[in-house]
Amino acid sequence: MKIAVLIKYVPEATAAWRFAEDHTLDRDSVDGRLSELDEYAVEQAVRLVEAGSATEISYLTMGPARAVDAVRKALAMGGDRAVHVLDDALHGSDAVGTASVLAAALRRMEFDLVIFGMASTDAEMSVLPVMVADLLRLPAVANAVTLRVDGSALTAERETDDAIEEVVAPLPALVSVTDRSGEARYPSFKGIVAAKKKPVTTWSLSDLEIAPERVGTAGAATEVLAVRPSPPREAGTVIVDEGDAAVRLAEFLAANKLL
Amino acid sequence: MSTILVLVRHDGGTVQKSSLELLTLARRLGDPAAVVHGDVSDALVDALGRHGATTVYAVTPLTPPAYPPVAEALAVAELAARTAPAAVLITSGPLGTEVAARVAVRLDAGIVTDAVQVRAEAGGPVVTQSVFAGTWLVEGRVRRGTPIITVRPNAVTPEPVATPVRPVVERVDLEDPASPAVPRVVARRPKATTGRPELTEATVVVAGGRGVGSAEGFRLIERLADVLGGAVGASRAATDLTWCPHELQIGQTGKTVAPQLYVAGGISGAIQHRAGMQGSRTIVAINKDPKAPIFQIADFGVVGDLHVVLPALIGEIENRRG
Repeated sequence: MKIAVLIKYVPEATAAWRFAEDHTLDRDSVDGRLSELDEYAVEQAVRLVEAGSATEISYLTMGPARAVDAVRKALAMGGDRAVHVLDDALHGSDAVGTASVLAAALRRMEFDLVIFGMASTDAEMSVLPVMVADLLRLPAVANAVTLRVDGSALTAERETDDAIEEVVAPLPALVSVTDRSGEARYPSFKGIVAAKKKPVTTWSLSDLEIAPERVGTAGAATEVLAVRPSPPREAGTVIVDEGDAAVRLAEFLAANKLL
Repeated sequence: MSTILVLVRHDGGTVQKSSLELLTLARRLGDPAAVVHGDVSDALVDALGRHGATTVYAVTPLTPPAYPPVAEALAVAELAARTAPAAVLITSGPLGTEVAARVAVRLDAGIVTDAVQVRAEAGGPVVTQSVFAGTWLVEGRVRRGTPIITVRPNAVTPEPVATPVRPVVERVDLEDPASPAVPRVVARRPKATTGRPELTEATVVVAGGRGVGSAEGFRLIERLADVLGGAVGASRAATDLTWCPHELQIGQTGKTVAPQLYVAGGISGAIQHRAGMQGSRTIVAINKDPKAPIFQIADFGVVGDLHVVLPALIGEIENRRG
């Protein structure tokens, strides 16, 4: 049973993010990392191998040259090899363009199960798992909190607002896992050393037989017209409770017609 | 006027509030047409007409029943191809996102998620999103294909039309062309219902965090929510500590809420939490730590012990109501 895990190199959450002149997220001016939400996907894949349910893990990422840092981190946690789709023409790709690239790459990889994180921590759209599944016509289970593989099927549990559902999908299948699926491990020193020797293959758009004008800013089906900082919230009143806080708070709520 | 397709969710006879919000928004963009799965009762059609739907597409559920997001995506994509709408509106959230994502790839159309505002412009709807944990606003639009837009609940106030319309109801029977393997739900354990409003739809949200201190302490949050007729929410710290169910988590990996009133009890206000609630109209915070970042965005903050302040507040509200 072979697993493909999708990972993304994203800006550090603590960095001051800004937009570049072309209205894309300025990735050059901030430190990056393997998206925290993708670490859960890596973790689930490594656990499936440890449990004897899977034999191989390949990672797939699309991103700038520095994205290889995220790949090495994942390989240090576990897994065997990685594919990095790297091409200047990809800059500015929207969700539909990105999904078409990832699907084209997956068609050239061997897998029985594809694992995604629930969302990226930068764009936060949460659409790519399902888009890729739709393009590859794979059954998809989004937002799983547990998963196991028995022979030819994936069994996953996911929480909806009103129920916990157990969902079964025949393999090959695609699943996205949430941040509740299980804490991601820290890479061991041995793992970090081993990761340096694991193969990372780079594919360009021509390797994937995708015309550059179909992706990137040029091929995007969406365009950004303007960006601006959110208007700051007006500074409110802060009081220190001296026994009268409840009354003053109730007065505030009543004055604002909130009671 | 061009059609705006709206994916409507309903619970038997009652249309979800978020769907009424979409219909209200759709009227500003064009001519709303509702896409509805399941039994379409007269009461349901009336409610949709009161909110401006001129057409109701009543989609016959597939047999055997399909995985819901797949069935909805099939219907929306088919109707979008047939009616060439100026936009498709779907409510943000895990289910809506799954439907919208599938429709976008099937139509090779642009998708914009989690809109906080959509306005009509000559070149197509212009969509505003709140990004980077709510620190930036992005205005964008779709330039290829039918715009697929998911809209954040509570971004629009639902309003009935002055003169209700009598929608034309059209039955839609779909065939799933060469259905790929789909997941099957083999077991479903319903959660206990609380009788409180749905978190993303509530006009009042009372949320608790680490400062609540214990599962018993969390009952105080629930009591205040009940006095205010609101929903209960939580920070990730509180759900991780299992003081309350996970689905109440507000923030980056939980729900995004934008109620009229948000009360944060014992929540410090880390950026991941603020990302999920700073669109709230009025924010009230109670926290022991005067340096808690939540006070920077609170309209009214109390530095104090919520175990003292909240019971007193509940008593004060009850007194005022006599």
